[in-house]
Amino acid sequence: MKKILSRPESLKDNQMHYCPGCGHGIIHRLVAEAIDELGVREKTIAVAPVGCAVFAYDYFNFDTTEAPHGRPPAVATGIKRTNPDKFVFTYQGDGDISAIGMSETIHAANRGENITIIFVNNANYGMTGGQMAPTTLIGQVTETTPFGRDPKREGYPIHLCELLSSLTATTYLERVSIYNPKNIINAKRAIKKAFQYQIEGKGFSLIEVISNCPVDWGMTPLDSIKWVEEKFIEEFKLGLIKDKTEQI
Amino acid sequence: MKKLVKGNVALCEGAITAGLHAYFGYPITPQNEVPAYMSRKMVELGRVFIQGESEIASANMVLGAAVTGKRAMTSSSSPGMSLKQEALSYMAGMEIPALIVNVQRGGPGLGNISGAQSDYFQAVKGGGHGDYRLIVLAPNCAQEMYETAYDSFDLAEKYRTPVMILSDGIVGQMMEPVEFNRPEIKEFANKDWALTGCMQREPRSIKSLLMREGSLERHNIDLQEKYEIISKNEVQYESYLTDDAQIIITAFGIASRISKSAVKLARKNGIKAGLLRPKTLWPFPSKIISELAKPQTAFLCVELNHGQMVEDVRLAVNGKSRVEFLGKGGGGIINEIEILEKIKKLVK
Repeated sequence: MKKILSRPESLKDNQMHYCPGCGHGIIHRLVAEAIDELGVREKTIAVAPVGCAVFAYDYFNFDTTEAPHGRPPAVATGIKRTNPDKFVFTYQGDGDISAIGMSETIHAANRGENITIIFVNNANYGMTGGQMAPTTLIGQVTETTPFGRDPKREGYPIHLCELLSSLTATTYLERVSIYNPKNIINAKRAIKKAFQYQIEGKGFSLIEVISNCPVDWGMTPLDSIKWVEEKFIEEFKLGLIKDKTEQI
Repeated sequence: MKKLVKGNVALCEGAITAGLHAYFGYPITPQNEVPAYMSRKMVELGRVFIQGESEIASANMVLGAAVTGKRAMTSSSSPGMSLKQEALSYMAGMEIPALIVNVQRGGPGLGNISGAQSDYFQAVKGGGHGDYRLIVLAPNCAQEMYETAYDSFDLAEKYRTPVMILSDGIVGQMMEPVEFNRPEIKEFANKDWALTGCMQREPRSIKSLLMREGSLERHNIDLQEKYEIISKNEVQYESYLTDDAQIIITAFGIASRISKSAVKLARKNGIKAGLLRPKTLWPFPSKIISELAKPQTAFLCVELNHGQMVEDVRLAVNGKSRVEFLGKGGGGIINEIEILEKIKKLVK
């Protein structure tokens, strides 16, 4: 009998702590599959964030380090600059990357660091119980916006890919989602392409993955997927934001 | 052959000669000579120099480079050092060796740009959150800036812990002759903990987050045991004319230079004064201070702050001698005459 599908080598056989219906499990698998397929597992050094993916090192089967909240792009910079032959990526959530770590994100991008960022956008701070994030939609109820996000008080959702696209040094920015099989396949393509760019020394890539957070959104997994499709990706349009290699 | 250089430049040379792979820093006076020198020299040597977007980012770049086993450092001055405390606490918890340099200026807040010693508490008592220690070294001249920076990496790696050099704007910016007498380090020991990619071995992860019941408690016990060993092995101090001294000055860094002049003046005036200078602020030379503490001896702690190290001197003396303090804060500099006057009052 021929085995046609198995757990990627880059993923440990550990039970994940993620909530039922959460997208992180899928995204972890896509990352692991891409690393297996590109054959870089043994030269990978990954940076785990503070947030839901804080235990990423319990799931990924390669070298991983912790970073203080929001600092993964700076930590990755230190790793990659001193080890240009290694494969370096960060895995971060919306609060980590676009609130407390916005400065580290923008400047790593602006230096054109040859790293990859996997940015999981689920429109709230998941780990701490669902507070407002910079990506929270207008009107969205969270633990800290009990009356819904009011732009007069809390401003508007930050579109990180678009923000970074204005920087000359950024190479590849794409927003994808994992709310159905078609989009999962597309997300895998984008993640692998970003990884490939790093291997080829093409510079800074960021893949924003629109994901669901049923427990903190107070929805069933199915309703959360519906919300992604009907509301979330209306605000955060999927698609290629920038690919500098195609412009040249 | 000696070369006339600023303390900050001597520090750079010490780190570079020790094989520094990467420097990450941010502009702030009075340490600007460090990133300026590194930006040229490190790039010429084909090593890594990055001017970070902040003190926070620079310190975390150090964390990233050092977690792979590379020799990395950052430098700053007091207000910037406050921002680096986050990464310092993480590096202590993650047991990552690195060098952090504080060329102190006056505080609190933005303070001023004069040399000061008011970050002693921050350096030796923690600074960041959690129960940790840094090895804190206090050079008092350009030659020691060179030697201390050179030695700090071996020390950091021996114990897998961050090392801080607590200098100040005067030692950093004063030009003095320096003998660059250390051999260049080109080969580095294999580090069995570093993240290098999991080629032919099990993957490693380095973290300070320990959620399993009892695991953080265990980790803290392990850290404390390590600190205990460091306390036993790594205390350094200079003892000058303390054997017969009736007045012993305790002072570190630039204050120890001024104090030494005062000791010489006192001896000329027939007063048996001596100087005990901690070269390591943590671990603190408590044992020798305790041994020197006798009912007939008095201690005078001289600092360019309003009394910080004096608390550790008092703990070491433990009531066996009288302990007095003389200091100036906010960038004020004390002179040897002022110290002499205080000594005269004490012997009366």
